[in-house]
Amino acid sequence: MTGLLSLFRRLEGPQTVGRGPAFWGMFAVVLMGALAYPLFSDGYTVGNTVYFFVWVFIALSLCLIWGYGGSLSFGQTAFFGIAGYSYGILTINFGSAYGFTLVALVIAVAISALFAVLLGYFMFFGRIAGVFLGIVTLAVTLMLERFMAQTAGPEWHIGSARLNGFNGMSAMPPLTIPWPGEPIVLFADVGLYYFVLGVLVLVYLGLRILMNSSFGNVIVAIRENPERAEMLGYDVRKYQLITFVIGAALAGLSGVLYTVWGQYITPSSMGMTAAALPLIWVAVGGRSDLTSTLIGTLMVLAVFQALTIYGSQYALVFMGVLLVLTVLIAPNGLVLGAMNWLGRVTGRVTQRAG
Amino acid sequence: MMSLLELRQLNKHFGGLHVTNSVDLTLEPGEIHCLIGPNGAGKSTLFRLILGEHHPGSGEILFAGENITALKSFARIHRGLSVKFQVPGVFKGLSVRQNLEIALQSRHRGAELGDEIDRLLGFLGLESEQQQTAGNLSHGQKQWLEIGMAISLKPRLLLLDEPTAGMSPEETHMTGEMVQRLNADGMTVLAIEHDMAFVRQVAQRVTVLHLGQVFAQGSIDEIVADERVAAIYLGQAHA
Repeated sequence: MTGLLSLFRRLEGPQTVGRGPAFWGMFAVVLMGALAYPLFSDGYTVGNTVYFFVWVFIALSLCLIWGYGGSLSFGQTAFFGIAGYSYGILTINFGSAYGFTLVALVIAVAISALFAVLLGYFMFFGRIAGVFLGIVTLAVTLMLERFMAQTAGPEWHIGSARLNGFNGMSAMPPLTIPWPGEPIVLFADVGLYYFVLGVLVLVYLGLRILMNSSFGNVIVAIRENPERAEMLGYDVRKYQLITFVIGAALAGLSGVLYTVWGQYITPSSMGMTAAALPLIWVAVGGRSDLTSTLIGTLMVLAVFQALTIYGSQYALVFMGVLLVLTVLIAPNGLVLGAMNWLGRVTGRVTQRAG
Repeated sequence: MMSLLELRQLNKHFGGLHVTNSVDLTLEPGEIHCLIGPNGAGKSTLFRLILGEHHPGSGEILFAGENITALKSFARIHRGLSVKFQVPGVFKGLSVRQNLEIALQSRHRGAELGDEIDRLLGFLGLESEQQQTAGNLSHGQKQWLEIGMAISLKPRLLLLDEPTAGMSPEETHMTGEMVQRLNADGMTVLAIEHDMAFVRQVAQRVTVLHLGQVFAQGSIDEIVADERVAAIYLGQAHA
């Protein structure tokens, strides 16, 4: 019981913006709104919102590794792709009966985490840091993209799942929850919406607790000064590896949910553009804060989609401009900057009132 | 009594440059030992060797009788070593309080952790700065904060690399008193220092390092009286 209580206390702390009744009241209102939203909308729009939510996990993973941990990973999409393909291979082979799709989700995320253990071990225990970390991770993701792109031939299959080269893998079953009578199939509208929303809230709150724990303290300490952290007795490599693996699992979760949402996955999900976009979402939002990353990602995605109507190339150029502007005007992120400003203003008001 | 730290024939060279050359140094438990010498004498390199940031070309490092030459840095810290770096290595973007929390959290939890942070803030005289971002502290306050982080590990041997650099004479004196209080509680201290007032205040034994070699050793009075030591500081050693 006291353990649970101390967990709740970790929901706020120096590593996360937002505290007190005002913040959690706002959180409750937003959550209520999100829960009620499908009642006032059509299936297509709700499905589109799920698409936005799906990307938030990979953004949070980058926030964790880069924003909090200080290691720029350019390869989150590699884990995204690995998990997405794994889900496809598993479910195309074994079907969706007995809740297997949920098991496949967990296995697929675990596979991407395992890959991160392997890659991360050589990177962090080999003391690769800074820009080289970005280069290695980018190389890995582009290599995977190239590899998957040349698997068009019929000889490339795992069981009955064809890899299908650049056309990608498709027709994997959606998530299915076993239920007495009839199983509940989570198609990419209201059903999947509530599932993803639930996972999102859990992950968001879980990460808040993690970052405000003693583990989170060490992670930001390593970002601030790895030498000092080591000289306080922390095995920096171990902490970096664990953070990297958690991040990979989150990116993998994004990949599975994306695959489930559209019932397809292609190599371009690991390509250069796909690898660069999460960096922009996270940088624009505010990479060193979970809430800023979450809000920023949703905002940038919505703007991006609106612009795509006028031409996807222009939208990409706009993304680049947005990144440059953010770096120049608010290097810590636009949303984070706005939230800090809001905090100062309300702080002043309450101070005056008190 | 077993010595706390023993350096045996420690050699380190970068290319053709011998930074430390067959250094033998022994620290007794409970002493305050100062390491002095002109710039480039190899003092900071010697610290990095002791801490495992550099590895010696040859020679051995014994800590409390155990050979730690091959241990990683964090493992040496677990054995009871701790350091304050030359350039203050505080976590600049975090608050003073959080800096100390990170240093203390591996030994204390919950309410006890809070009490311990408060106690340390009091010892360092940084109570009113606790919510400030560490990067905004004055240079002297940063030095104290890092000393605080270093001692929160309750080390058996505290390494201080120029603890009073950039401090006013009053601050230097306060730092000296801090070191003496720690020593009174049983902490062994090895300090690199240029400020002779500080060395005179705290040192029980002084080792002079010159061109990577132990040049002289003794009490502060013996060292000051040594003409050869005066000569190397005036750059006449080769004359």
